[in-house]
Amino acid sequence: MHLPVILRVTGILLTLFSLVLLVPVLVALIYDEDTIQTFALAFAITLVSGLMLSLFQRGNRELRSGDGFLITALFYIGLGLFGAIPIYLAESIDANFTDAAFESLSGLTTTGATVLTGLDQLPKSILFYRQSLQWLGGMGIIVLAVAVLPMLGIGGMQLYRAESPGPVKDSKLTPRITETAKALWYLYLGLTVACAMGYWVAGMDLFDAICHSFSTVAIGGFSTHDASIGFFANPAIEGVAIVFMIFAGINFGLHFIVWHRRDPRLYWNDREVRLYLSMLAVVTLVVCWVLVSNPGSTQSPIRDGIFQAISVATTTGFTTSNFSLWPSVAPILLIFAAFSGGCAGSTAGGIKIIRVLLIGLQGMREIKRLIHPNGVFSIKLGAQRVPDRVIEAVWGFFSVYVLVFFTMVSLLMLISPLDFTTAFSAVAACLNNLGPGLGDVAVNYASLPAACKWLLILAMMLGRLEIFTLLVLLTPAFWRR
Amino acid sequence: MKILILGAGQVGGTLAENLANEAFDITLVDNNATVLDELRDKLDIQTVHGSGSHPDVLRRAGADDADMLIAVTSSDEVNMVACQVCYSLFRTPTKIARIRSSSYLDREGFFSKEHMPIDVLINPEEVVTTNIRQLLEHPGALQVLDFADGRVQLVAVKAYYGGPLVGQELRFLRQHMPNVDTRVAAIYRRGRAMIPEGNTVIEADDEVFFIAAREHINAVMGELRRVERPFKRIMIAGGGNIGVRLAQAIEPFFSVKVVEYSKARCEELADTLHQSVVLNIDATDRERLLEENIEQCDAFCAVTNDDEVNIMSSLLAKRLGVRQVITLIGKPAYVDLVQGGDIDIAISPQQATTSSLLSYVRRADVAAVHSLRRGAAEAIEAIAHGDAKTSKVVGRAIGDIELPTGTTIGALVRGEQVLIAHDDVVIETDDHVIMFLVDKRQVTAVERMFQVGLTFF
Repeated sequence: MHLPVILRVTGILLTLFSLVLLVPVLVALIYDEDTIQTFALAFAITLVSGLMLSLFQRGNRELRSGDGFLITALFYIGLGLFGAIPIYLAESIDANFTDAAFESLSGLTTTGATVLTGLDQLPKSILFYRQSLQWLGGMGIIVLAVAVLPMLGIGGMQLYRAESPGPVKDSKLTPRITETAKALWYLYLGLTVACAMGYWVAGMDLFDAICHSFSTVAIGGFSTHDASIGFFANPAIEGVAIVFMIFAGINFGLHFIVWHRRDPRLYWNDREVRLYLSMLAVVTLVVCWVLVSNPGSTQSPIRDGIFQAISVATTTGFTTSNFSLWPSVAPILLIFAAFSGGCAGSTAGGIKIIRVLLIGLQGMREIKRLIHPNGVFSIKLGAQRVPDRVIEAVWGFFSVYVLVFFTMVSLLMLISPLDFTTAFSAVAACLNNLGPGLGDVAVNYASLPAACKWLLILAMMLGRLEIFTLLVLLTPAFWRR
Repeated sequence: MKILILGAGQVGGTLAENLANEAFDITLVDNNATVLDELRDKLDIQTVHGSGSHPDVLRRAGADDADMLIAVTSSDEVNMVACQVCYSLFRTPTKIARIRSSSYLDREGFFSKEHMPIDVLINPEEVVTTNIRQLLEHPGALQVLDFADGRVQLVAVKAYYGGPLVGQELRFLRQHMPNVDTRVAAIYRRGRAMIPEGNTVIEADDEVFFIAAREHINAVMGELRRVERPFKRIMIAGGGNIGVRLAQAIEPFFSVKVVEYSKARCEELADTLHQSVVLNIDATDRERLLEENIEQCDAFCAVTNDDEVNIMSSLLAKRLGVRQVITLIGKPAYVDLVQGGDIDIAISPQQATTSSLLSYVRRADVAAVHSLRRGAAEAIEAIAHGDAKTSKVVGRAIGDIELPTGTTIGALVRGEQVLIAHDDVVIETDDHVIMFLVDKRQVTAVERMFQVGLTFF
């Protein structure tokens, strides 16, 4: 453990992030809003803090594997807090610091749970800022940093590993980690531009199109309207959202390979994508069926069923209709679907399809072992063997995930008088980076007590950093080594 | 003909022995002097000690005037380099190499004059695998041999009581199956060959070799024995090169279990095979085999690299109730031992390889040669050239051709057409003539028949 180096890198990252605060200033200038001061102040605070950390710490040691976890965790915490400054300072929002931090981290972790109401009346620069937080959190701001900061080149892999989701984290797409990070961000940028164009053509105005493209490809779920996508009441927009949510839920490494080889068939050859698409299809069918057989729950059961199923199952969290009021099997099924989430290496949250797949395959293997006591079976994805080490890690991850989930639900009910549905769905929605829950948190998290919000902030970070990155910091062994 | 053989392993050694007995000049190259000395004492061949791919070693071995190079060392790379060296430095006309790794074989156009000049690729494991696969596709067959790219097959079966034709004269075959054309090429009764005539009576336990178009094989087999239901469950003992290839080839069609002794190898097998069940048990462990329901298996293929294990596990499997056992046996002495006992079919990898090479050393234009009955008999697919004046076969009816004793013509392949040989069929030029030689010593006479007379030029 070499704190100066870690603080220095964190400082550099913070300095980099401060530049992000300049974009809303631009938006404020365009729309002639009075938030310029707010963002300028937030920019100054972040920049100075970042520079202080980076300049006054000495040490040029390389990053080691443990350092990556700490930097990533520190950075997300720091970023969440510094990112909360503009929301806290903004005059148009009456938010205490807890709410501001909740909003900021909900953005950065691509959860999309909000404590703000009256979004439609807020200044556009603030709205844009919220969306851009999600966009940065989607592909991972650390991956971005690795891409643009050459000094992170050598230790970059440690950081990249700590932030990127999925069970196999050593896969580089190109020989150099910076090139990999760049490739991922170019893809991400390309997808965002395509999505924005799609929204624009489908009928959004340019500002909304850009803002929603940010939260769509990041699988975030923030909107510039209280009614979310439902505000537009436009099937074409919903269609664009569905397509890009599905796309963003696929491994970006796979997108890269498909782009590289110009062969879209590779999507279908990938077992994870196949399972992902089939699970989406099954969830959608069941939800639509439930809605059709219970008329009255929504006006257009098929359209809302499809949109809501895709939105929740990919952990995006856009809404066109309040699905928490649907017949109870539908919302519960959707929350469960969010647990499996998207593919590894995508911007989606949840446990990740690949882990669900591996757990399923492992279960099949145990059955085969019972039938053939002397049989030797290996778990394969395509033609490639999955090492037992990975299977163990997946099981470890899964059990800790479940454990964390139940602990949090219990804690939440312990410290506040929430009913079970609310507590259960709030933790599920935050841990899976989904956003909207059921019960009291179906639309908005504003009514929760402050302690609950902090707990849910923790859940969001655990979910985004896939638990172990954060959990490893809480073990004494990490600090003692 | 001067032939250079690189590698004095199992294949190289057997090949040298077989070819030396056929009056070829053999030079054997290997980097193990002990093995070479042994073979030189036993066989009438020249030996050179050294690495098979080095030009100086090849020159010493007489590569300058060799007609053929057969590279069968254990390394694909040495074999490939040796062929390249012989092509570039010595201009050797025919280069044959054993290439095992499918990574090389998968690339089309790689083995061409411009890139890697190898004329013929042989792969003993592939040959054995194909053999076993064909046997599994025809339950009850003792041997299935392809001619004319598989359009015609020569099949050996044992006649049983209950077969409609058993106890009948051969000419009833026509009446029994008016739609199916076939020709019985040879009958072995108690180990002695008989040339079949129209009035020959098939007895039970006769080993009958017949030739027919591929789609008719099962119908003919049904005449000689009860119709067997197709195989479904196959157990393969031994996960070596042959075991893996075999499992890969048949796993889409059969339910396959692979039994392998080594745990580490099992893990590799589990990675390469997709549908097969890999079992980490000893192929001779009766209790474990019973646990895996061996009695339900239709066929048991023992293909470990250990003859003794193959034989013992096959005997055990047969005793436990497997319908058919197929056993890989390397040592010729063992083949004689087990023949006719509990083991249904013994396959010799060396014989299979030799067969596939023989077609390249024959003097006539020969498309395929299969060595049968441990090399005593031979089936040849020769191509007839010339015209009625220059050739002894072209333009004549089969009944008029004077064949060497013990030789029968089984079928003709003319383009895409398969003609079963009857006395009135006239051979045309470029016909593929499939013959069965009960006695291999007649090969020279047959070769002479198919060589075109001098006036052709």
